[in-house]
Amino acid sequence: MGFFIETIIAGLMSGVLYALIALGFVLIYKASGVFNFAQGAMVLFAALAMARLQEHMPWPLAFLLAFAIMVVLAWLIERLVLRHLINQEGVTLLMATLGVAYFLEGLGQMVWGDDIYPIDLGMPKQPTIMLQSLIPGGILVSNEDLIAAGSAAALVALLTLFFQKSGVGRALRAVADDHQAAQSIGIPLSRMWVIVWSIAGLVALVTGMIWGSKLGVQFSLSLIALKGLPVVILGGLTSVPGAIVGGLIVGLGEKLAEVYLGPLLGGGIESWFAYLLALLVLLARPQGLFGERIIDRV
Amino acid sequence: MVALLDTASAFTQPSSAQALAAPQMPVLRLEDIHLRFGGIKALQSIGFDVQPGEIRAIIGPNGAGKSSLLNVINGVYQPQQGRLTFAGQTLGLMRPVLAAKLGIARTFQNLALFSGMSVLDNIMAGRNLHMRCGLLSQALRLRPAVREEVTHRLVAERIIDFLEIQAWRKVPVGRLPYGLQKRVDLGRALAMEPKLLLLDEPMAGMNLEEKEDMSRFILEACEEFGTTIVLIEHDMGVVMDLSDRVVVLDYGRQIADDTPDAVRANPEVIRAYLGSATQEG
Repeated sequence: MGFFIETIIAGLMSGVLYALIALGFVLIYKASGVFNFAQGAMVLFAALAMARLQEHMPWPLAFLLAFAIMVVLAWLIERLVLRHLINQEGVTLLMATLGVAYFLEGLGQMVWGDDIYPIDLGMPKQPTIMLQSLIPGGILVSNEDLIAAGSAAALVALLTLFFQKSGVGRALRAVADDHQAAQSIGIPLSRMWVIVWSIAGLVALVTGMIWGSKLGVQFSLSLIALKGLPVVILGGLTSVPGAIVGGLIVGLGEKLAEVYLGPLLGGGIESWFAYLLALLVLLARPQGLFGERIIDRV
Repeated sequence: MVALLDTASAFTQPSSAQALAAPQMPVLRLEDIHLRFGGIKALQSIGFDVQPGEIRAIIGPNGAGKSSLLNVINGVYQPQQGRLTFAGQTLGLMRPVLAAKLGIARTFQNLALFSGMSVLDNIMAGRNLHMRCGLLSQALRLRPAVREEVTHRLVAERIIDFLEIQAWRKVPVGRLPYGLQKRVDLGRALAMEPKLLLLDEPMAGMNLEEKEDMSRFILEACEEFGTTIVLIEHDMGVVMDLSDRVVVLDYGRQIADDTPDAVRANPEVIRAYLGSATQEG
């Protein structure tokens, strides 16, 4: 019993982190209709910046500085790439973000180095034992995971509120829906894009920070973004709650499958289980579990 | 013209009381506008003005350049030649966002609503330029930001009442029938409290009842909010009933600019337009 609950908790913890990655995709997609392939590269870039800056200063300062760098990056991406592609096909924009991804991966390693760097947030490494009175032996929970999941959840809540309830959030959603109409009511596209890419930069930074503090910052960090893809498919590209629930489902499903199905299938399930889940959802509900129903006038 | 420009400082917003008799500074004045797309002359030497509080119609057969003209005023197209004076200010390069900032709102011939968003959010989006609170205070939901949101909500609710769409407040506009979507489009434009409202075929594709409703809303918007309106319309009956003065375009040229009755009697207009239109209707 205790082991089962521990598995569930571990699954939910990694689920929160998957949700965070997926959120990066969803935010940019919602606000500009672009599927941002560079999200993984942004995670790597932000984490590298954070890790290297942290060698010289306390981590909160390094965090702020890294965020500032991500904002500058967002501004540059708008200025040099997106501005020239207004009103272009979605595929064109997708290819552009693919280019940005390779560029960022290269630039990040050139500027910050290509070694493995630690991020130390001073989080307690030792686990806590909980619920000893209810379950024999209690449940072993990693404090580090708990804090990471908590802060990720707080960030997600804040962003959801911002998007749904604030004027700027509304303007961002308006831009996503119709560029021309947004301009006609005086919403400046370029500024909105800088804002949304900055927010995606912040999400990337937090993601990179948390994963980096667990596993160290290295190139493979840009690949965890691939784990965001099944989450996004599961939850729907346009839904913030979908990204959260999708992340939790993937994290949980993966861990449970690994532990309980793994021995039967010879293990290694964790690496492909998420994609199988996504495929099944795609067959049943192409817009994802929470995506907006596609309304078309024929 | 110089004298007109000099009175710029004395210009008051058209939404305030309309002095009827006294000659006023026009809200909008177009002079000798030429627009070309490659070899195609979309607009040639267009010139007219729009007085505060008036409903001004632009009519003409298909391809006459009506929408192009609207897009010039709105800053979507930049004319190669000509002068555009808005509220006493001669404008150089016009852009859609700049036009919105100056107080020019528009609706679209083919709806361009934020279809995933609710009716209320669409109209609130029209308040965008009136929002003063910064990104940070909105994100943190500080008191001023919340208070501001409430103020704008009041304006939005007033417009929703005015357009009689209370029942659909929370419905995503993509799910509404066409006639209602047109109303939301108008509502979003009105929410900007524009000095000048451009309506691109507000009745296109509507049935008789919807047309009557829309005409009523346009007239009331003009009277109640004191909005100055420029509208493009195909339906001749509607135009003649609604508008104070009519500009007639044909093949990019301006062939008449007069009161509805005079336009109706103008032989050139009849030849270009009314001849076929009266046969239809």
